[in-house]
Amino acid sequence: MLISQEHTLVYDGTFDGFFTCVFHVYDLKLKHVNIQRKDEVQESLFGSSEEVLTDSEKADRVWKGVKRKTSSTGSLRIYYAFLSEQKGVENLLLRYVQYALKSNLPIDTDFGNEDILKVSQIAKSVGREKHRMEAFVRFKLTKDNLYFANIEPDFDVLPLILKHFKRRYADQKWMIYDLKRNYGLYYDLEKVDIVNMMLPNDFDATKTSKDFFADEELEFQILWQDYFESTNIPSRKNMKLHVRHVPKRYWKYLSEKLR
Amino acid sequence: MSFERAQEKLKILADAAKYDVSCASSGSKRSNTSKGLGDATGMGICHSYTEDGRCVSLLKILLTNHCIFDCAYCVTRKSNDIKRAAFQVQEVVDLTINFYRRNYIEGLFLSSGIFKSADYTMERLVAVAKKLRLEENFNGYIHLKSIPGASDELMKEAGLYADRLSVNIEIPTEAGLKLLAPDKKREDFIKPMEKVKNEIIQYKSESKIIKSTPKFAPAGQSTQMIIGASGESDQQIMWTSNYFYKNFNLKRVYYSGYIPISYDSRLPQIGTDVPMLRENRLYQTDWLMRFYGFEVHEILNNEHQNLDLEVDPKLGWALRNLEQYPVDVNKADKMMLARVPGMGMKSVYKIIEARRFRDLNWEHLKRMGVAMNRAKYFLICDSRDFERRDLTGSQLKSLILQNSTSKYQKILSPQLNLFG
Repeated sequence: MLISQEHTLVYDGTFDGFFTCVFHVYDLKLKHVNIQRKDEVQESLFGSSEEVLTDSEKADRVWKGVKRKTSSTGSLRIYYAFLSEQKGVENLLLRYVQYALKSNLPIDTDFGNEDILKVSQIAKSVGREKHRMEAFVRFKLTKDNLYFANIEPDFDVLPLILKHFKRRYADQKWMIYDLKRNYGLYYDLEKVDIVNMMLPNDFDATKTSKDFFADEELEFQILWQDYFESTNIPSRKNMKLHVRHVPKRYWKYLSEKLR
Repeated sequence: MSFERAQEKLKILADAAKYDVSCASSGSKRSNTSKGLGDATGMGICHSYTEDGRCVSLLKILLTNHCIFDCAYCVTRKSNDIKRAAFQVQEVVDLTINFYRRNYIEGLFLSSGIFKSADYTMERLVAVAKKLRLEENFNGYIHLKSIPGASDELMKEAGLYADRLSVNIEIPTEAGLKLLAPDKKREDFIKPMEKVKNEIIQYKSESKIIKSTPKFAPAGQSTQMIIGASGESDQQIMWTSNYFYKNFNLKRVYYSGYIPISYDSRLPQIGTDVPMLRENRLYQTDWLMRFYGFEVHEILNNEHQNLDLEVDPKLGWALRNLEQYPVDVNKADKMMLARVPGMGMKSVYKIIEARRFRDLNWEHLKRMGVAMNRAKYFLICDSRDFERRDLTGSQLKSLILQNSTSKYQKILSPQLNLFG
């Protein structure tokens, strides 16, 4: 008797890379697949492991097919859930895609199916953090007239917030830098580029050093902190609600919470 | 802008503005087309939350807290001995722009005490908005207060620069208003509201013919009522609210639990608790009216003049109308699903979509986020298991209360002990 083996596909962590794996699964009619990011590979005792090289053409072919079979909300959910970087999300998404491709009807709203519900729930958490980042980014004006912000989101939401910030801050140069993933968005009044930076050794992301930031920067932070205090109504204090809205892990870059 | 002067004024004038609870920054359609600053097309964003859990979306300040009126419930009333201050137009513009550029806020909510006259005050509010729009090319959100008694021309101009206009009726009943704000009449609030409503209708119909018609208060108007300052019933509050929603196309009515700020004998004394639970129940009722298809008289009427603080108003209605249940999850229409306690509109949507694929059972409902501790008594689904006992409303209520914990337990417990 032939024991069906588990195939581990290892990819580079990109969206295209993931869909190249999906292509691979269909191309070789693989069963029992486990897709893992290169930087998270766990050696398996049984079965084979194979590195899949990202091929954007193949990825595109699958992605287009998926889009034809899902609603626009559905395909967006796949992208959002992918950006969660949650362990095992690739395998969940593979099952989602397989279900979508074999069904004649769009299955995005089959919430009685555990995989569909799970993907929609993960996508919702990513969407929530996207929204939070649109709210919690705090720009600081540098000496070079650049509005600079650093973030450390749980999920990789920079690609999702790009449009929002580009539309809103069209007349100022800005940069939003993800310290956790070490890349950022930089807008130069024309376009947004993805950039990697070497931050100076003495740069403290939670502080506003006069070496880097404009003279008036600290004044506006103080005015903002004052405003934050004055607008509070102490007799209604409800810290539980406060922390639910502004979880503590975000506090270190929120100037109003630093006082 | 002098930092020290701005700092002192900001403290005074933000503190004075904080009792206005509106913080909405959504619903406008002002997009950034000319590479200017700001964009107010998307949903609202709360950039922070105060320690009392309220959203901070807008820079909410008064232009001045000098006021010629002496309304008992208001912290800036003439007779109150407090520090007074007034912003220059340019100072407000600078603060708004600099806060906005740093992504602290969605825009400005500017209100004011009445100094000199209504027109004089309104003129200055409009001047701020105009400067932001025309000189700073600012497309963020602007909410202005309509000052009762301001001229039609000024109100019209205000609507052209602002996204939202509001005038607070503050006291839900006319008798209460007479007692607490003898200088003011209900008509004073209604007149600017009526004016704005008509302008919105007119601009909307014109823009259907001429595309370049400017926007007029695209995020509509709202108002606010103070709760618990003048002995009004929940019925009076919500019927008033319903009247304003229906007759003035309001986007929102806000309910603000009265915070004691005065030793005036006409009002609850300092140290009295803010009626936060009651406020919460009123908001729930407001939602039932606006999104769940309830009519106000179903929830509050002459037999039931006040909401039950122990249970949410939907559950309250369900307990009085048990003959409407159980609802079959796999067959009921949207409006009836929306009437199931423990079920929000998001769950209703999920159920309606998901049941096209298969019949749903308890496990499905639980995973979709239905609050089963309440919902299970009112539903049947693809399962032999359901509530078969013929329970009365009060039996059901105590059963549900036993098996749930309210975030308001502390406030409720003295009452609960009576039955315990």
